[in-house]
Amino acid sequence: MNFVEYGDTIKDGDTAIVFLGHESMFPVKVQHGTVTQTKYGVIRHSTDLIGKKYGSKVTCSKGGWVFILHPTPELWTMNLPHRTQILYSTDISIITMMLELKPGSIVCESGTGSGSLSHALIRTVAPTGHLYTVEFHQQRAEKAREEFREHGVEHLVTVTNQDVCKNGFGVSNIADAVFLDIPSPWEAIGHAKSALKAEGGRICSFSPCIEQVQRTCLAMEEYGFTEINTLEILLRVYNVRTVSLQIPDLGEAAEDNSGTGFDSSNPSHQGSPCANLQEGTVQFKSGVPLREVVGHTGYLTFATKS
Amino acid sequence: RKIIFEKQWFYLDNAIGHIYGTTFEVTSGGNLQPKQEVEETTTETKEAGTDNRNIVDDGKSQKLTHDDIKALKDKGIKGQEIVQQLIENSTTFRDKTEFAQDKYIKKKKKKYEAVITIVKPSTRILSTMYYAREPGKINHMRYDTLAQMLTLGNIHAGNKMIVMETCAGLVLGAVMERMGGYGSIIQMYPGGGPVRAATSCFGFPKHFFDNLHEFPLSKVQSLLSGTFSTETLPADPEESALVEEESNGLSEEKQTSLQETEEEPATEAPMEINPTEEQDTMDINAEDGEFKENKEKETKENVREKQIKQWERRKKLKEAAALLREKNADGLIVASKFHPTPLLLSLLEFVAPSRPFVVYCQYKEPLIECYTKLRERGGVINLKLSETWLRNYQVLPDRSHPKLTMSGGGGYLLSGITVVLEKGRSDSSTSEALKVEEPASKRCKLQDLPC
Repeated sequence: MNFVEYGDTIKDGDTAIVFLGHESMFPVKVQHGTVTQTKYGVIRHSTDLIGKKYGSKVTCSKGGWVFILHPTPELWTMNLPHRTQILYSTDISIITMMLELKPGSIVCESGTGSGSLSHALIRTVAPTGHLYTVEFHQQRAEKAREEFREHGVEHLVTVTNQDVCKNGFGVSNIADAVFLDIPSPWEAIGHAKSALKAEGGRICSFSPCIEQVQRTCLAMEEYGFTEINTLEILLRVYNVRTVSLQIPDLGEAAEDNSGTGFDSSNPSHQGSPCANLQEGTVQFKSGVPLREVVGHTGYLTFATKS
Repeated sequence: RKIIFEKQWFYLDNAIGHIYGTTFEVTSGGNLQPKQEVEETTTETKEAGTDNRNIVDDGKSQKLTHDDIKALKDKGIKGQEIVQQLIENSTTFRDKTEFAQDKYIKKKKKKYEAVITIVKPSTRILSTMYYAREPGKINHMRYDTLAQMLTLGNIHAGNKMIVMETCAGLVLGAVMERMGGYGSIIQMYPGGGPVRAATSCFGFPKHFFDNLHEFPLSKVQSLLSGTFSTETLPADPEESALVEEESNGLSEEKQTSLQETEEEPATEAPMEINPTEEQDTMDINAEDGEFKENKEKETKENVREKQIKQWERRKKLKEAAALLREKNADGLIVASKFHPTPLLLSLLEFVAPSRPFVVYCQYKEPLIECYTKLRERGGVINLKLSETWLRNYQVLPDRSHPKLTMSGGGGYLLSGITVVLEKGRSDSSTSEALKVEEPASKRCKLQDLPC
């Protein structure tokens, strides 16, 4: 395995994702002789993991089972050890598309943080592109380097430990895209411009506060960026539930009407298990929004250097 | 060649040799002239009011009449100067607040100063354009939804992807861009051939198409049951495929809508046909012209060449079938006008375990059903039904606010990961399998993870 190439079987040294159940998973580093404890019992790497196919069901010592998944940047994002606040896949998706990233793209990023976005960027620009990522926090930079090595992608990324606002990205005129997730992005716009290729490129800045966006936009304009556009993207997840509503007793037998009424409004034609008149209730399947959702992550400001 | 865009005729000849992102002005003859960065002619001695308490809407503030303005236009006067004239002849302009003046100028500039910027095609540009101009053709898939699909599907170089789409080839193009010519794609198509009108807008190099395969949807069942042979191709594949592939205009739309009339509810029809009437978009028209030329040549070609083509097609089909038979695809992307459930239940058979899949649907209800059926089938985990909301912002000093909310219209996604399908489990009572899974997830929440 690695993060940019699928493999069939689990090998020594791989990072694999142990999937326990709905939204519950964690990463393991596969090593001969090592064991991992789960609430369903012990997983012995040598016998239970190595040589098995990714996607297999593994039975633990207590008889419970888990699935072992191939790592992807998206699964890593959900499971990585947080050293900072991270970007999630919803924002990452739109960033990747709006920065027009593809195999071969050269990208500059700052800060590296926990490497959530970095893994997704590397995945997209591989095998011929490169990521230059700048992190001013020495320990975080070290840790990120270590992770990239473990995940078999170190050849696609350069981690630099410096202050992007003062010293820039350490490269000039080579990037197709620049991404900024720092507290004062307006101080790095000049450096971003010089990192981008002479013939142009795209830039994105992520900021939680509108005041930061304001200053960033002004700086972008000042440096001659065009197509400046700020947006926000929100994810809505729906739980699929079977809901049953009681039919009120109005003192008359009106069963037939209500039954067919629900049936026809339901577009699913196969079997139609949704409308079921039973003992005065109507059943249907619904996509129910979660009770609490993420209302705001950050504003994304995009612009073009041309 | 003449091209029409936003009610303006022009020739592209002068644009050749300039870098992407160059802005052009349209002159009267339809020629393009590169526009230099104009210094904003700072409106002399900025005079502005503070509020609008004295501004009355009497319809007489503009002293130039319609005829005056038309005369100015006919004389071929630069748009910039017309705007200046309008400002000078507006009695209320000086009383307006600075912000209102700004807004007024911007509005007029938009109307009178025709500038065109030529940009390089990309998924970003094309998906935004299609959503704005021809949403019906791409099943109202908003660009942020497409972005989610590419990420959730872990699309990257080296993948072996299965794509089933009826989005004019936009989704296919987006997948191709992300794979950069590495790996392979098998496009499943309904009817006589795959539609790739949008794909051709990307301008991919030729080698990107070397590992692009196609396979007819109507042959999926026979492939799964092992009775597939290339001898029984869909009726007259050569002819119908070419027609569908190459005419992205009305004919194709009519053709498909005719084919689908039995299955599709009548309400779909107007939505499908409407966008074709506003077919004046630059890219599409340009492609159309090219295609027509090709088609004429095509019809003149002799029979022998057709046979060679048919043989080649058959060979490609065999390759695609062989690739599918390995049942080790790295992912599945579905975005079509068809009901997703049967598509998914069949096509997932070709996907290796521990690989992501994403289904797009304009409506939530079919995906709810699909979710239920997939749970019954097993072999999938981490099922998620989701939607994204996108909000654009106006950011200006002291005037920052959300622009518009786009919601609902962007479609829904069902995503998940395949796992090894246990033998016997699908045969035995499925409710039992569900029971096993349900409590497991509940227990997870209560206990802390060991790692």
